[in-house]
Amino acid sequence: MDTHEQPVLEVKDLVVRYYVEGSVVEAVNGISFSLYKGKTLGLIGETGAGKTTTALSLLRLVPDPPGVIESGEILYKGKNVLSLPEKEVRQYRGNDVAMIFQDPMSSLNPVMHVGDQIRESIEIHENVSKYEALDRAKRMLESVEIPSSRYYEYPHQFSGGMKQRVVIAMALACSPQVLIADEPTTALDVTIQAQVLDMMRQLIDEYKMSMLMITHDLGVVAEICDFVAIIYAGEIVESGTIEDIFNNTKHPYTIGLFNSLPDLDSPTSRLNAIPGLMPNPSDLPTGCRFHPRCQHATTLCSTEKPHKEDVSATHTVSCWNYKEIERQ
Amino acid sequence: MKGDLTTTKNIKRKQGSVGRQVVRRLLKNKRAMTGIIILLIVILGSIFAPLLTSYGYAEQIPRDYFQFPSKNHLLGTDNFGRDIWSRVLYGGRYTLFIAFTVTFFAALIGTLVGIVAGYFRRLDSVLMRITDIFMGLPQMMFGVSVVAALGPNMRNMMIALTISAIPEFARIVRAQVLTVKDQEFIEAARSIGASDLRIIRHHILPNVSAPIIVQFTLCSVNTILMSASLSFVGMGVQPPAPEWGLMISEGRAYLRDYWHIAILPGVAIMITTLGMNLLGDGLRDALDPRLKQ
Repeated sequence: MDTHEQPVLEVKDLVVRYYVEGSVVEAVNGISFSLYKGKTLGLIGETGAGKTTTALSLLRLVPDPPGVIESGEILYKGKNVLSLPEKEVRQYRGNDVAMIFQDPMSSLNPVMHVGDQIRESIEIHENVSKYEALDRAKRMLESVEIPSSRYYEYPHQFSGGMKQRVVIAMALACSPQVLIADEPTTALDVTIQAQVLDMMRQLIDEYKMSMLMITHDLGVVAEICDFVAIIYAGEIVESGTIEDIFNNTKHPYTIGLFNSLPDLDSPTSRLNAIPGLMPNPSDLPTGCRFHPRCQHATTLCSTEKPHKEDVSATHTVSCWNYKEIERQ
Repeated sequence: MKGDLTTTKNIKRKQGSVGRQVVRRLLKNKRAMTGIIILLIVILGSIFAPLLTSYGYAEQIPRDYFQFPSKNHLLGTDNFGRDIWSRVLYGGRYTLFIAFTVTFFAALIGTLVGIVAGYFRRLDSVLMRITDIFMGLPQMMFGVSVVAALGPNMRNMMIALTISAIPEFARIVRAQVLTVKDQEFIEAARSIGASDLRIIRHHILPNVSAPIIVQFTLCSVNTILMSASLSFVGMGVQPPAPEWGLMISEGRAYLRDYWHIAILPGVAIMITTLGMNLLGDGLRDALDPRLKQ
């Protein structure tokens, strides 16, 4: 990715494990990526690949116990978030980096006015009077296209799409530099998805924010992201700009993901799924984590872990055979 | 500036409407209303006791002893010629005072223990084991032993009742905190930088308050019955106070010939607890925001 610019948020070699009743779940194994100002990075992977754990680590919200951030650095404007004292972390959450959760149905407090939930974020971070906070929360509601007259309503009076917009307003209330969106549209139906995505893109442009978009939906990625990182079993297997990934796909896993999308032009009765299942994160395969499911796997793949290789200045891939695969 | 003032007014009016919604739903509920009316009668009766009767609660009228209910003595008189109607009215003061004070302190301490145990899991097992110990003791036995150790009077009985009512609150609150704590909106609150104290005050407490309020009514009922029982065995309020349980105890000897001396205070206990239970049921329905239409 761009090297001339200082990233807003940089993750270096992050390792997160869960210790559950004798077994160790290796959720995130050495992930590194950078977020640049005004850009959106899409983090793509299957369920259980470690996407949400990565997102929670960025806010230091991994539930402990059982989760432990074993090693790595998360640098926000050069400061390591992992070594901040608790009080400063609270300042950082919401003010510098905010998060949108997956399920809008449960991410709002059912017994609190929706407006007050937005106001809360302003009250925590900014030293403003009650009325000013109220006023700003109302403006925030308007900016996600909810009339401020509905400030005093409860979440159950809102539709799913509106709740997600409230959640977005809550996250953006203190104009954070970085927004983490953890599958923000998964729980919504397709027409509402488009609305919410549109709105997010507008707001991000308006506030010049960076965003980490976590999803398993390649369509969403194509619509909203500038950079993409493909995550498999807690590791980034391929990363690059959106053109790199969509037009110059290298890693067999990424190729598999694209192949599993139905093609509108040709009639197919079966989708091409990647054979096998995601490995159990408490018992990961040796070598390349993907080799048991990979049709190009060699003996080298099952013993040695592939290195990250640069395809171009922006595009990296971790695969022993990506050159051969391309030739085929 | 003018705009600000109108928003200020809006807040006040609208915030009042939340409570009004609960009240409105409570008013629509017939059983809850019956409960409220019964309790109001009991409360007003005990407050305005001096206006409703011309006899003092300890006033002995020698020529009027062992009288059945009549126009002169609405509920009759007891073996000392004391007017039972006056004693029941004044006795309401004891009963209600004991019930609400004990329940209030039990709810306060129990909620605190429950929240600490449920929210800060490190203290959970210690606090819950202590609670288990107190829960394992039969309430009557615990009450009798505490009062026996400290001396039989109303204050000591109330201390014993409070201690034995705490575990129930702590258990209920802890269980509720555990379910609320793992919901996504708590994580969302944390992700905008809310501190533990703030999360407890703004997100946990409001979400656990409904069962606390319901338990409040149930605990009051239990306290009324327990204080009557302890007074009945002489471990609570002491004579000549007109406590209902004590009155039953005093009338016990004459049950065969003068049933009204023991039965009528018992009816008073029954009516009060019935009202409280009806109110508790109604509150449980009215406080659930998910039932809002």
